[in-house]
Amino acid sequence: MFDLAFYILAVLILGSALMVVTLRNIFHCALFLVLCLFSIAGIYILLEAEFIAAVQVLIYVGAVTILMIFAVMLTHQLTGKTIRQVNDQPVPAFLIVLSLLILTLLALSKTAWEVTSSSGVSPSATELGRALMTIYVLPFEIVSVVLLVALIGAIVISRRD
Amino acid sequence: MTLYHYLILSAILFGIGMYGLLTRRNAVGVLMSIELMFNAANINFVAFSKFITPKEFIGQIFSIFVITIAAAEAAVGLAIVLLIYRNYKGIEVDNINFMKW
Repeated sequence: MFDLAFYILAVLILGSALMVVTLRNIFHCALFLVLCLFSIAGIYILLEAEFIAAVQVLIYVGAVTILMIFAVMLTHQLTGKTIRQVNDQPVPAFLIVLSLLILTLLALSKTAWEVTSSSGVSPSATELGRALMTIYVLPFEIVSVVLLVALIGAIVISRRD
Repeated sequence: MTLYHYLILSAILFGIGMYGLLTRRNAVGVLMSIELMFNAANINFVAFSKFITPKEFIGQIFSIFVITIAAAEAAVGLAIVLLIYRNYKGIEVDNINFMKW
């Protein structure tokens, strides 16, 4: 049952990711990105990380892809099908990616992972929140400042004078 | 499902994102490919968190930070894309070289 769900989600993720990087119409790419990110939320649920799945749906599917679609709409002439979307280097890029993938898979198969058996101890949102507010409170505060600075920076960059 | 299944899935997703990053001309397409690579890294974090440190769930905490930084990156990146489009009437990344001496 879990195996079947994993394989369906994996096919959805990889297929829609291929569509994202190969389609000519950038608006269709954005829609396939939504499908891909949503399937990744399903993978998080399979990994017993329900809070991460909810955050994924809220932030990625809800916010980031809406930003992408806004940008596609505001740069409207680029959605036309006549514009070439791929540069001159698909073959070298494919070779680089293939060699990287082979190296990564070799490294994966050679490493002895210390897998510990997890028997139903998936952390709840309560435990995650408690950990964020006690052990990881310094990175939490720093990342909130980073987010604030980035959003102010985005407003300053994109407003008209 | 073992850890390897998730790691292989994430490696292939990272490769697809990298291919898009290297071949796209449209800056928005480049940002989309970067989001794919972020998500591949996040799958890795959550899988390690489940299979290797299930008690401490460090990977889940870290993936929350990654998602936050990715949101900030998307906001700033798209603001820059809109600014470039407004000033140069095009966002093909092989034409954007005005910061190169």
